[in-house]
Amino acid sequence: MAAHLSSGRVNLTALREAGRRELREFLDKCAGPKAIVWDEYLTGPFGLIAQYSLLKEHEVEKMFTLKPGRLPQADVKNIIFFVRPKLELMDIITDNVLREERGRSPQRDFHILFVPRRSLLCEQWLKEQGVLGSFIHREQYSLDLIPFDGDLLSMESESAFKECYLESDQTSLYHAAKGLMTLQALYGTIPQIFGKGECARHVANMMIRMKREFPGSQNSIFPVFDTLLLLDRNVDLLTPLATQLTYEGLIDEIYGIQNTYVKLPPEKFAPKKQGEKEGGKDLPTEPKKLQLNSAEELYAEIRDKNFNAVGSVLSKKAKIISAAFEERHHAKTVGEIKQFVSQLPHMQAARSSLANHTSIAELIKDITTSEDFFDNLTVEQEFMSGIDTDKVNNYIEDCIAQKHPLIKILRLVCLQSVCNSGLKQKVLDHYKREIIQTYGYEHILTLNNLEKAGLLKPQTSGRNNYPTIRKTLRLWMDDVNEQNPNDISYVYSGYAPLSVRLAQLLARPGWRSIEEVLKMLPGPHFEERQQLPTGLQKKRQHGENRVTLVFFLGGVTYAEIAALRFLSQMEDGGTEYVIATTKLINGTTWIKSLMEKLEPAPF
Amino acid sequence: MSRARADEEEYWHSSKFRAFTFDDEDDELSQLKESKRAVNSLRDIVDDDDDDDLERVSWSGEPVGSISWSIKETSSSSTSSLEGRDSSLQKGSSSYAAFPKQVSSYSLSSLFKGEVPHTQYGQMALSDVGVKNYAPELRRPKAEYKDYSNDWSPKDTVRRMQRGKVCSLERFRSLQDKLVLLDEAVAGHDGNVITAVLIFLKRTLRREILFRELEVRQVALCHLIHFLKETGEQKLLLDLLRLGFFSLSLQLSQYREHLNIQDVEKRREFLKGCIGLPFSAEDTSHMQDHYTLLERQIIIEANDRHLEMAGQSEIFRKYPRKASILNMPLVTTLFYSCFYHYTEAEGTFSSPANLKKTFKIPDKQYVLTALAARAKLRAWDDVDALFTTKNWLGYTKKKAPIGFHRVVEILQRNNAPVQVLQEYVRLVEDVETRLNLATKYKCHDVVIETYRDLKDRIQLIAYKCKVERGSAEEEKINSILNNVVRN
Repeated sequence: MAAHLSSGRVNLTALREAGRRELREFLDKCAGPKAIVWDEYLTGPFGLIAQYSLLKEHEVEKMFTLKPGRLPQADVKNIIFFVRPKLELMDIITDNVLREERGRSPQRDFHILFVPRRSLLCEQWLKEQGVLGSFIHREQYSLDLIPFDGDLLSMESESAFKECYLESDQTSLYHAAKGLMTLQALYGTIPQIFGKGECARHVANMMIRMKREFPGSQNSIFPVFDTLLLLDRNVDLLTPLATQLTYEGLIDEIYGIQNTYVKLPPEKFAPKKQGEKEGGKDLPTEPKKLQLNSAEELYAEIRDKNFNAVGSVLSKKAKIISAAFEERHHAKTVGEIKQFVSQLPHMQAARSSLANHTSIAELIKDITTSEDFFDNLTVEQEFMSGIDTDKVNNYIEDCIAQKHPLIKILRLVCLQSVCNSGLKQKVLDHYKREIIQTYGYEHILTLNNLEKAGLLKPQTSGRNNYPTIRKTLRLWMDDVNEQNPNDISYVYSGYAPLSVRLAQLLARPGWRSIEEVLKMLPGPHFEERQQLPTGLQKKRQHGENRVTLVFFLGGVTYAEIAALRFLSQMEDGGTEYVIATTKLINGTTWIKSLMEKLEPAPF
Repeated sequence: MSRARADEEEYWHSSKFRAFTFDDEDDELSQLKESKRAVNSLRDIVDDDDDDDLERVSWSGEPVGSISWSIKETSSSSTSSLEGRDSSLQKGSSSYAAFPKQVSSYSLSSLFKGEVPHTQYGQMALSDVGVKNYAPELRRPKAEYKDYSNDWSPKDTVRRMQRGKVCSLERFRSLQDKLVLLDEAVAGHDGNVITAVLIFLKRTLRREILFRELEVRQVALCHLIHFLKETGEQKLLLDLLRLGFFSLSLQLSQYREHLNIQDVEKRREFLKGCIGLPFSAEDTSHMQDHYTLLERQIIIEANDRHLEMAGQSEIFRKYPRKASILNMPLVTTLFYSCFYHYTEAEGTFSSPANLKKTFKIPDKQYVLTALAARAKLRAWDDVDALFTTKNWLGYTKKKAPIGFHRVVEILQRNNAPVQVLQEYVRLVEDVETRLNLATKYKCHDVVIETYRDLKDRIQLIAYKCKVERGSAEEEKINSILNNVVRN
């Protein structure tokens, strides 16, 4: 089950359930035993909707990953391809089908399920290859918004940012609008829509148009959400570039969280059996895989804390748990012992959870205490607080000379550019030259993409707006409290994420107070109202919080999510947030999605 | 099954156009179904079928290692799904935590806050009214019931296509109609539809006209380019380029093509062709450099492979090449050249001096690279020469454009002996940095001399315990200390 999805203010289980139901219906259409051939990218997101057991109940007997060549042997009637609508995948499918039809005697029934949408282009492609007729069912599975946690939805659309800002392809926005319509069908019309940015404007327009195209109908569900806030990622290019300093953010920065799972180096997780000498046994070589979500009590407590505050929580927990285990010595009567035993499973779960997170915290600490992490962070913080952003930075130069990973360099250079409203032409040229001479001329392409996305640019207006934005929105806080935070800036140890500041100011006192700054940020800002029939207008109980859905178009980081959760929990906050996004990102995955895919160098 | 729904199904199944509309799952209908499903979902929430696997589920299929479902969803409840399935509607006693057992109000909104007993779901699912109230706006508008028609407006056509239905576009004959259709598609933001319309236009319009119209429709143009790239229609792409009125990034996409060319000679030719394309001045100079570099690399590679095979050259015998130099970045090429061709005269293509001059490599970068290469070979004399400058009177002086602390670090990384290292530590100007480095790399002499110059007795005495007893260093410290006393 997915109890963590119903723990929040909005019960997201219903959304998941809708997805499961649709999946079952499709599977039942293809009667008889079946095998699924998976586009590997989809297995992660699907795992959040359904487990293998569901598929098994619907006669899925084998599963393969999609790859060219002959399909593996399987004694089934149906072969179903679960794929994204991508041409290169269509080529693989064509290959599979042709080989299969040429080969074995018992004919199979082929089906194809496009996720999230059928594509005319792909079907045309299959037709040209002469295999379109081989498919009995060609359907789509609209996996638009996938519930990740009780307050978190993601479309897991990797390339949404790139498509919107580099390729002018707004299909992902269309999907976002569709996903929002589904949400509204399940959770009621959202009466107020606010937005900032071009893409936000597009999505709001599409929602309004989609609604208009069903005239005469009224949604009669009490609205769960009071407000929708649509934010373009390019309104705040700064935040993802900085290193996240929350526990979850750092796990993502260092190991990468994929569909709520993380893979960790196994050494620290070797099971130590009693009486066994340490190191005597072979260490496991498979990475340790853990799921991270709010279903785990301890994780829910520490995930959004600044990493510097995690250690003390862990040690406090350790004391509580060992005290609980000590209780057994005091259990004298049969009743007491019975009670102790009944608590054992819970205690053991808590202990293993604690052990895991202690190990993860150790792994992270090794990195955060390293000299290079410190130097990197120092430079980031200098830029964000506005120090020396207008000249070539020594540390960045050193890193290039030592051939540090290119993405690290690009993150820093882009950060400097954003914090200076663009770099002086001379500085920009210097960096570009150093980068292409050291890493290869072909990276002109990547640099060009970054320029197009606005991450790297020459200072054109001759004016640096960032200090004004920083001061007005209080983006840099000198007196940050990491242990007991009183402001969202704790998530970056000083820097308050711009995007979340906008959400915070919208709730109180409203955007009218920051008109000037909003004009400095790219794209229009707007407000729309969707009419509710009388009777559905919410009568809010005294002291009841409003619910705002913040939709990040182009990706959101874990640190930003943490900051919004912090605002939800503030006692006098008055607003609770649910977060939706096209993709969960960090600076590295984000920059990577903007880089041209180049052949790896041979050495 | 509700009556309305049954009617609908009958309708669609009897449609004579069913054969090429395959659209029983078009969007509104499927969304309607979806919301109905949600209403019906009581049963599923109760008998959540993940829960019967308390053990980890292992794949029954064979090579699915990469698929990662095997990890059971975290779940604390222990619903036994199988027995619950059929009776769940009546049972109402599921262990689904979010839904309390007791039956209460009918409020629809509370449904999603998990406050309503799930039995409500079942009842609602059985009544058509429930569905309508539940998500009425997802119902299909009346217009959609109309049969396949030939006179859909461009707008309707686009809307139908967005729902994944196949429409014939052939009846849009005039240019005017076609362009309205394209603009409608672009306004819909659905790339799938935009591309479909573009394919139609590409097929039915003369190229010059298509290009001319796309010039003022940048979004559509981007989609076409993307399509051409994906389908590998290089020729049309090049035609677009030759017209030269498109954005720079498009021309760069032409440059990008070189990455797909494996053969170096062909790649070089291709790059040569790129230089002629109308790039920005800056990009053109980079492209020129790229071409020149590859040209050099081809010459150097041929030459060095020959040398290496012949086995005559000592350096290649001693340090066989790990990989070819082809397609390496400039700095890597410079390193290679400093490693294998350091002493060559500026006239030869493979000499570091020639590379430096041709590509205007800044001093700093040159020194760093040369230093790393020579240190790796432990050619300390070369290292020394790198930093020695003579002034016009003939005096020699040590100078490093990168700062001597960086020199020390690079030398240290290449395991330079203490004697070499301390010579450069001594040259670090900043006293504190010098002391740090000297202490870190155990250049005792430098530490001692620095403390002596600082006249820091206390530190000197403290340092005494860090050097070996009875060593020359200890002696030195003692003599300094005694000296000071005597003075």
